Amino acid sequence: MSEKVGVYICHCGSNIAGVVDVEDVAKFAGEQIENVAVSRDYKFMCSSLGQELIEEDIRKEGLTRVVVAACSPHLHEKTFRRACANAGLNPYLCHMTSIREQVSWVIEDKAVATEKAKAMVAAAVKRVELHEELEPSEVPVNPNTLVVGGGITGIQAAIELADAGYPVYLVEREPSIGGHMAQFDKTFPTLDCAACILTPKMSDVGSHPNIHLLSYSEVEDISGYVGNFHVRIRKKARYVDEEACTGCGICIEKCPKKVVDDVFEAGMGYRKSIYRPFPQAVPNWPVIDTESCTYFERGKCKACEIFCPTEAIDFEQQDSYIDIDVGNVILATGYDLFDARKVPQYGYGRLANVFTSLEFERMCNASGPTEGKIVLRDGITEPKSVAIIHCVGSRDENHNPYCSSICCMSALKFGHLVMEKTDAEVTSFYIDVRTSQKGYEEFYNRLLEEGMHFVRGKAAEITDAARQPGEEGKLIVQAEDTLLGKQRRVPVDMVILMSALEPKADAKDVGLQFGISCSMEGWFTERHPKLDPVATMTDGIFVAGVAQGPKDIPASVAQGAAAAARVQGMITAGTVEIEPIVATIHEEICSGCKICNNLCPFNAIEFLEDKEVSYVNAALCKGCGTCVAACPAQAISGAHFNNDQIFAEIGGILYDAIGGNGAKAPAKSKEPAPA
Amino acid sequence: MSAAKKGKLANYWAASCGGCEIAVLGINEKILDVAEAFDIVLWPVAVDAKVHSIEKMADKSIDLCLFNGAIRTSEQEYMARLLRRKSKVMVAFGSCAHEGCIPALANVSNREEIFQTAYHDTPSTDNPNGVRPQTETEVEEGKLYLPLFYDTVKTLDQTVEVDYYLPGCPPEPERIWDAIVAILEGKLPAPGSVIGATTTVCDDCPRTREEKKIKEFKRTWEIIPDPDICLLEQGLVCCGIATRAGCGALCPTVGSPCIGCYGPNEGVEDFGARMMTALASVIDSDDPEEIERIIQEGIPDPIGTFYRFSLAASQLRRKTLEGLDPSGASA
Repeated sequence: MSEKVGVYICHCGSNIAGVVDVEDVAKFAGEQIENVAVSRDYKFMCSSLGQELIEEDIRKEGLTRVVVAACSPHLHEKTFRRACANAGLNPYLCHMTSIREQVSWVIEDKAVATEKAKAMVAAAVKRVELHEELEPSEVPVNPNTLVVGGGITGIQAAIELADAGYPVYLVEREPSIGGHMAQFDKTFPTLDCAACILTPKMSDVGSHPNIHLLSYSEVEDISGYVGNFHVRIRKKARYVDEEACTGCGICIEKCPKKVVDDVFEAGMGYRKSIYRPFPQAVPNWPVIDTESCTYFERGKCKACEIFCPTEAIDFEQQDSYIDIDVGNVILATGYDLFDARKVPQYGYGRLANVFTSLEFERMCNASGPTEGKIVLRDGITEPKSVAIIHCVGSRDENHNPYCSSICCMSALKFGHLVMEKTDAEVTSFYIDVRTSQKGYEEFYNRLLEEGMHFVRGKAAEITDAARQPGEEGKLIVQAEDTLLGKQRRVPVDMVILMSALEPKADAKDVGLQFGISCSMEGWFTERHPKLDPVATMTDGIFVAGVAQGPKDIPASVAQGAAAAARVQGMITAGTVEIEPIVATIHEEICSGCKICNNLCPFNAIEFLEDKEVSYVNAALCKGCGTCVAACPAQAISGAHFNNDQIFAEIGGILYDAIGGNGAKAPAKSKEPAPA
Repeated sequence: MSAAKKGKLANYWAASCGGCEIAVLGINEKILDVAEAFDIVLWPVAVDAKVHSIEKMADKSIDLCLFNGAIRTSEQEYMARLLRRKSKVMVAFGSCAHEGCIPALANVSNREEIFQTAYHDTPSTDNPNGVRPQTETEVEEGKLYLPLFYDTVKTLDQTVEVDYYLPGCPPEPERIWDAIVAILEGKLPAPGSVIGATTTVCDDCPRTREEKKIKEFKRTWEIIPDPDICLLEQGLVCCGIATRAGCGALCPTVGSPCIGCYGPNEGVEDFGARMMTALASVIDSDDPEEIERIIQEGIPDPIGTFYRFSLAASQLRRKTLEGLDPSGASA
């Protein structure tokens, strides 16, 4: 029985109709393509009236297939599938072809565009005739959620979910949660103290009955699929028994070994070998750093063990593993700071009084290494002049092309803090000052009023080589002032480099582990940059915070909450539909050659040792077709994209092609040879 | 097998090497069972029969025709059409009839180029008058005819309708016997099917297989392969992954990579394309230049490697005739 195909050509206002002769295309489809029972053009197919048109035709004309030629299926495939389902037609018997993105938006010549639209419609009709009815499957959603990363983003996500009554596993790599925000002094533009607003949330996390905090831990392995992930977490040995430890801190006090704290204090201060990163750490159990601990180095000391009142020190402790089941994952793994040494002309690491932004944050922090005093590297001298260099490693084609988004505001905040705490003059060297969020421009104006100087020009060099009177013993910032159009040399006592935010060094590995992709730079890729910013292409895996791209605290918190809301939606729904467009391996054809085994970007393929064949887990499969193409035995078929459908589509697109020699004939044609 | 209703059998040989004929004899003493079951009405290599006697037979009076060889001349085409008309069951026997095989590698060229090479350019050719085969030649005794040589080598099913296919270059005697038994007992699959397995050579290969990551393709003379590990994993382009089972994995078992003579697996449209996408998927590099180098150095002859047996039946079918020297009639 031949199919009855309905063809609908959308004008999309003038988006399509302005270039494509939509009436001509509809006429062509109705008159010249076989099995087309109805062919219409309409102003906006996606409108409710447009959809009703389709539904009515399905009911009255008994259409068995529907083709909508309109925008990209990314936008409205669901709309038209739903319309078909409303009228009782299996939604997968509807096919969309894009005559906007692929035709009217890219072709200027009307005749050419119309011809291409016809070919696209012919292809769609030929393909849709071979579509098969598909049924999505449903799987239950585990109400537990894994949040990876205990910075402000992860904290926000975890609290939102826990407050809603759902169990959360919060995994943090470092001994304490808090992330970068815990290192900061003040936050822009309101200048409230970072710790004052962060630590209450941290202790909330620590004591929340619905949050299982796994600090000093890392995700070792994840398998499964949306709603049903199995996660193995490695809890690194702290050498402190968490049950016994009261967090009294005597061990830290008594530990005789002091080392430079490169992590929390950014190299500006010291910590003991048994330590917690900062006094308000959550959890507050300390950790022994085995690399510097005298006992681990030489087998002697044990001061901590001797003084511990609860016998909580355990030098024999090993890494332990925890297996959990979760329904969804929120990745809030944050960022690394650009290594300013990579810009040697700025002298960081060579010129003592060049500081990174993080070092300066620690310096300003009242509980930091200088107890909040702004001083030069010698620890005593207050600077009389400070230069702040913007865009160090960002907006720089040698390093990172993107804007790090937060540095302008941080630089303004630093300017304010310097002027508040010292009498120093502050000069900012900027490319553009970007203050686009709420209250930010006001803060910029405030700094202008407070007397911060601004030089529009990227600093070329920072040097201690004096050339002019007044430069001796100073750091000289050389820059072209692009507003004045001349070179300037500004001698200062201290320079702060506003280092770029960079993806975590292991972001790509983490992406691979969780089956999501990264941008060229290494930021996690969201499902849609505007309309789906916290979901990813892998169902059940969400991203939030700077791990997705540079952003400030308000935006990170908003994303953490957004991701939590998305997860709550999944949990409340209870089940999740699994797309039926998946690959299937036919056991009787598969010879177990294992070509496909390491190709799946979603880890959906496993090898069944007992049957010696490979197997696709339909719940994990995204229907991308990688394995289908790779299988040399054609033992793998991709639903909705099988060979017959694709060849039919190609045949349709070439509907008007002139038959050439044998090489151009479709594969299956068995035309007789000329006698 | 009763001798009461003796059927009629025709074997024919078109563009092929003769190996298929030998393979039929490879069923050894069972050939006597065949002779018992059938009257052999045509088998040029073994039985004296004339074309005109076939021409005089009623249509569909031959029960089974095993036709080997591809179609490259007008005579072969005539015989294919004749035997199709006279036979109830037409079997494309062996790789040449099935998918073109080695003769179809000529499809990268055309008649003019082939004649130029064969009758003029080869060092051993001595042809001072530039004589070439003519379809008609006047001699004293009258007119002599030679078949027309086509530009394009075709498979049997590109010429006439084929009922079944027996793959292999040549088909293994055991598979031939299995097919004859199936035909005699009427236990045949749906018309148009390949009589054979639906899995690949890997299924019969005793070597251990792991996930594949290939850094370098090797030619067979470059390495002595490990006896236990998958040859492809050792860098040899083994086509066993894409090739229909049936041979018993003879070549890979003894350390020689499969060259794909049993043709594509069930349902595969294009053997070469399958091999290429499979190998491309497991090249262990993300660097386009390195990938280019791995392919250029390791696979110098992609058509000969991936389309050695299947060029005529592939989606490529032949090199386009445009651009080739067109003198001479087209196929």
